[in-house]
Amino acid sequence: MSGTEFGQQFINALSLGSIYALVAIGLAMVFSILRLINFAHGEVLMLGAFFTYYAERAGFPFLPAAVIGVGGTIIAGLLMERVAYRPLRGAPEISLLLTSLGVSIAVRNSASMIFGVQPKKFPTPGSFEERVAIGGGVRISVTNIITIVVAFILLALLTYFVTRTRLGIQMRATAENPIAARLMGINTNTVIVTAFIIGSALAGVAGVLWGARVGRIEPLMGFVPVLKAFVATVIGGFGSIPGAVVGAFILGFGEIFLVALLPDHLTGYRDAFIFAALIVILLVRPQGILGSTEPEKI
Amino acid sequence: MLKVDNLRVNYGAIQAVKGISFEVQERELVALIGSNGAGKSTTLKTVSGIVRPSGGTITYQGRDLARMPTHQIVSGGIVQAPEGRQIFGTLTVRENLMLGASGRTDRDAFDADLQRVFSLFPILGERIGQRAGTLSGGEQQMLAIGRALMGKPKLLLLDEPSLGLAPLIVNRIFDVIRQLKETGVTILLVEQNARKALAVADRAYVLETGLISLSGPAAELARNPAVEQAYLGSGARA
Repeated sequence: MSGTEFGQQFINALSLGSIYALVAIGLAMVFSILRLINFAHGEVLMLGAFFTYYAERAGFPFLPAAVIGVGGTIIAGLLMERVAYRPLRGAPEISLLLTSLGVSIAVRNSASMIFGVQPKKFPTPGSFEERVAIGGGVRISVTNIITIVVAFILLALLTYFVTRTRLGIQMRATAENPIAARLMGINTNTVIVTAFIIGSALAGVAGVLWGARVGRIEPLMGFVPVLKAFVATVIGGFGSIPGAVVGAFILGFGEIFLVALLPDHLTGYRDAFIFAALIVILLVRPQGILGSTEPEKI
Repeated sequence: MLKVDNLRVNYGAIQAVKGISFEVQERELVALIGSNGAGKSTTLKTVSGIVRPSGGTITYQGRDLARMPTHQIVSGGIVQAPEGRQIFGTLTVRENLMLGASGRTDRDAFDADLQRVFSLFPILGERIGQRAGTLSGGEQQMLAIGRALMGKPKLLLLDEPSLGLAPLIVNRIFDVIRQLKETGVTILLVEQNARKALAVADRAYVLETGLISLSGPAAELARNPAVEQAYLGSGARA
């Protein structure tokens, strides 16, 4: 692989990892607080892309349309929490898991009925297709630049929120010990709702970026990213937000460089290699890279 | 201040608390003593709204707590330092103390309150930036009490503060409890260490398998032969 090609693939991997990270954060955040693996998170991503599409069809320029799209996903996430998950507060994890699968199927099928199953061209501005030279012969698409910049800004904001703000610290406390958190006077409902708002907003952004990357959108588009984000959170240590981000980038780089390095006739098996690697990681380090195995002190 | 009347609590088919009544007056230190499984911790959890009663009433300053969410009970002034410390091990000492003030609406006095906690427990000031999980058991108990104090409790609930600690540390913890009482904090203390609890309390209730078997001034209970034999005798832990 030449230096130029490496640079090209590096940026591409960074961009793909960024999208996985945005999706994985929402999964990890909700899981850390509620022990809920929210499979419907992929549908939130899909809705973000479709809301943006329809907002632009209604006459908004791309950026305002994307903002409307993300606003729509926040409402969708809040509705899911209120209608499907809140009534199950305290229920066994398996009930939560099945419910999220149910929500996922219900939203996906409703979207197929309402939006139609035919893929739609995602209306990004033409300038997104342009490629910019960044030296060394490496040329990267505007879409990739925007994806990486947006993701890193959001990651920085999230880090600030989780480590520096009162609500962010309350969220970490609730994730560690929900009963003790309540005894501190923390309103855990506020914390849960905040997690859904943040997770859905990030998934909405990921939906727009995914739409821009792939170029078209369809009601089933949420499945692959959420599955990959799930893998990323498992690699990183389920429920750990930094772990989810690390896992997402490992996955992004793994996918891109596997395809770049594998002989052509094997590239079709990319996902098989990825999931085989996941199995190995789970066997060697079941708690994930940043997962904790600290025994609880009594 | 707090009045519990005919409280009953079930865990599924098991009756943990079978109809107990007690009260705590303002500025009083009341102890609930009894052996493991007598229902002491369950009672405190129910007062805090973590466990819901199946019958009876809990009245605090004239308001019924039985259906109130925990965070409202806490902002109303009932703050608990729970059994087993339950500090947030992945967070720093400072963050733990900050979380203790979550239920309060007046956040200006934060630094002054922090200093007050440090004057009670100087070691916490030294460890302020450290992750709470790295503290020793005694330090964690101090943090649990300090964290509860950050909530400016009108009624402080202490669940087994001496559990699993070395005798020297236990003495230190009880010194602080005595100090808190002198500054006017009302305290409801749950303890297996009956000797220590009766030494510091004004009044006490003895719980046995979900029922109150004895009650009265702490000094009287400490002399009561039945209490002595069951909880203070040579066979019992001091």
